[in-house]
Amino acid sequence: MEKAAKKQKMIFGMNRSVFMKKYGIFIVLLIMIAFMCVASPTFRTWGNVVSILQQVSVNGVLALGMVFVITAGGIDLSIGSMLALTSVIIGKSFEFSDSIWLAIILSVVVCAAFGFINGALIAKFNMFPFVVTLSTQLVIRGIGYIICDGETKTLANKAFRQIGLGKLGGFLPYSILILLVVAVVAYILLHWTKFGRHIYAVGGNMNAAIASGVKVFWTRTLSFVWMGICTAIGGVILTSRINAAQPNIGVGYETDAIAACVIGGTSFAGGVATIPGTMIGIAIIGVIYNGMNLLRISSYWQTVTKGLLVIGAVMLDMFINKKRN
Amino acid sequence: MAGEHYILECKGISKAFGGTQALKNVELHLKAGEVHALLGENGAGKSTLMKCIIGLYKPDEGSITFDGKPYSARGPADAINKGISMIHQELNPEPHLSIAESIFLNREDTRGPFLNKKLTNQKTEEILKEFDFREAPTTLMEDLTLAQAQMVEIIRAVSCNARVIIMDEPTSSLDSEETEHLFRTIRDLKKKGVAIIYISHRMEEIFEICDAVSVFRDGTYVGSRSMEGVTREELISMMVGRKVDSIFPKVDCKIGDVLFKVEGLTGKGFSDISFEVHAGEILGLSGLVGSGRSETMRAIFGLDPLESGRMWLEGKEIHIKDPYEAVKLGIAMVNEDRKNYGLCLNRSIRENISLPNLPKKQKGFLLNQRREKQEVEEVSKQLTVKAASIEDEAYSLSGGNQQKVVLSKWIMANPKVLILDEPTRGVDVGAKSEIHTLMCKFAAQGMAIIMISSELPEVMGMSDRLLVYHEGKTNGEISREEILNGEATQEVVLAKEFGEK
Repeated sequence: MEKAAKKQKMIFGMNRSVFMKKYGIFIVLLIMIAFMCVASPTFRTWGNVVSILQQVSVNGVLALGMVFVITAGGIDLSIGSMLALTSVIIGKSFEFSDSIWLAIILSVVVCAAFGFINGALIAKFNMFPFVVTLSTQLVIRGIGYIICDGETKTLANKAFRQIGLGKLGGFLPYSILILLVVAVVAYILLHWTKFGRHIYAVGGNMNAAIASGVKVFWTRTLSFVWMGICTAIGGVILTSRINAAQPNIGVGYETDAIAACVIGGTSFAGGVATIPGTMIGIAIIGVIYNGMNLLRISSYWQTVTKGLLVIGAVMLDMFINKKRN
Repeated sequence: MAGEHYILECKGISKAFGGTQALKNVELHLKAGEVHALLGENGAGKSTLMKCIIGLYKPDEGSITFDGKPYSARGPADAINKGISMIHQELNPEPHLSIAESIFLNREDTRGPFLNKKLTNQKTEEILKEFDFREAPTTLMEDLTLAQAQMVEIIRAVSCNARVIIMDEPTSSLDSEETEHLFRTIRDLKKKGVAIIYISHRMEEIFEICDAVSVFRDGTYVGSRSMEGVTREELISMMVGRKVDSIFPKVDCKIGDVLFKVEGLTGKGFSDISFEVHAGEILGLSGLVGSGRSETMRAIFGLDPLESGRMWLEGKEIHIKDPYEAVKLGIAMVNEDRKNYGLCLNRSIRENISLPNLPKKQKGFLLNQRREKQEVEEVSKQLTVKAASIEDEAYSLSGGNQQKVVLSKWIMANPKVLILDEPTRGVDVGAKSEIHTLMCKFAAQGMAIIMISSELPEVMGMSDRLLVYHEGKTNGEISREEILNGEATQEVVLAKEFGEK
């Protein structure tokens, strides 16, 4: 055994498989970036970097919520509808008051409440997360249409536009700042708190978590509440960017969020994920979109590439899991 | 006995799993038309041998002869084709199939490419009549009682021309009337020349229905007897005598006041259980698998519901509805099922150990990770967990080290009552004795320990007091004095496990 380990090539003091497991996906990102730097002069500009980050900010915030849900053994398909609901709520809120904070707080509360409903249905009645959120997706989308009566309204609030388009000090977009703040909070929650440990334990082995005195109901439910909060934040950025209360937006956003998590090493079996990994997943998706745009490859191919990448990431995850067993 | 005709003969069967020798040179001789009992303690090797016969395991050594010809099965389906069927203790019939579909599964009548349901139902009706079974062939399996479902399995076996039927604890969930019906069927089968291997822990039944018995112990074959002329005492003395392969490091320590007490606990699999444990005491629970020991402990810990009964901790009455409350009160349980209830295998040793202890490591909202690391290092050193680092994932550890991780997490919780369900199962000899030493150390610190073990020498060697379970109830208590002065031998304990007063 020991001899075999010594024979293997060591990289930074780790044997190759451990190294690849930990940093493999980071290397993929670096290779992509290196390739793009050579292939496209525009890619290298500061303006383009900002543009990539701005592009991924909504998806990034969603992925930072989704990573909790998937790690706790669930999935949330309702976030696309929740984005639309947020947009409609913001529009409604501006009809009564000009306060940006009121609109934001209202969105967060409503999305957190729907997250709670999702989570409670799943954790209390042991229903499949896939089925529950597939259904609540319709409910939430419908409610969005009902509130605004199906109409799209342009927002008149100029200050609100700044969230999506404005820049701090003229060079750092607020949306990127928001993404970074959410990432820091997510990192602290998942890696430094009891809640995070419980997320890992519940997703890793629910029975063992129960038998260790973990309140599994609350852990699972709160993972969906956090997802809801992240969705509201993402919804605020998105609404500000399109500058309209629109009930039909957000379709397909769950796919990108799930893809970012999985590419970043989140295991669908539950119990395995890191926030830095998820951030890399987010960045990879951003580079794919941006890079292929710069290389003038049609958006249809972007979709195909993203799908293939997810399959590759899942296979890698299964391969690692197989080794464990 | 040479020269007699046997329908099934196993000779010199050995089977090892990893380092554990499950069967050592075992034999079994079965005559046609005979009901042959297999008797032995938990883990004596009965089921392993049966699995070798139906082709789930491949024996490492030895030969099986069936009907005079060499026999080997590639799996249960192949065994059925060759004429050997097994009725499992836990039936899992396809609930949505009808009786007819279930009996003719994989042998469906067809007309062209389509199923011929009419013919199948007709054939089933005839067979059912033969067995005096009053249900329509179209009745769904899920609407049958357990006894009826079992009967369908037997009918299926017979309709496949089974010449040997293996029954694993067939009466464990039947009432007396259903048992009587089963026995009538068994006698009919005997007349048809079908041989039956009958695995049961119920002595009365073995004496009632069986013609011969083979006794196993520790994976070895002890001997066979004809049921005529053999006594219960003889059978029990054949079963015990498991070698004591280690000397138990039990240290007598000061036994304090009553710490934990239960009265009249009733739930699924056990009823009217009462006992008390003192501080510093190790209370052993012995009994056969399924006798209700683990079930009682799971219910106390809040993993399963209690139907009735009361519990007191340090004189105060307590109510526990989930493990969260049990842990908060200071009750910890090391589960017998380490993979499912013990560890998150894909998480690190550190996270596993601190999982129930996180509230104590919080600094405001955040975890104090430096302190966590320090304390985990300390406890894993104290319990001699062997790993390169506490950041190693739990799946990479050996069974013994995994068990020490489970123990560590509960020791860190500093419980008042520590429940250990099979704490040394699947653990190598060295780690086993280390775990025993640790148990004594914890008891000396004033913990009350409840220990379940299926290994008689272990539970007798480690306990201050021994509570014997039989079919969901307690059947007597044995003190350490009685064990030490030789009054309570393994025979006495085993007899109690088998229901003798």
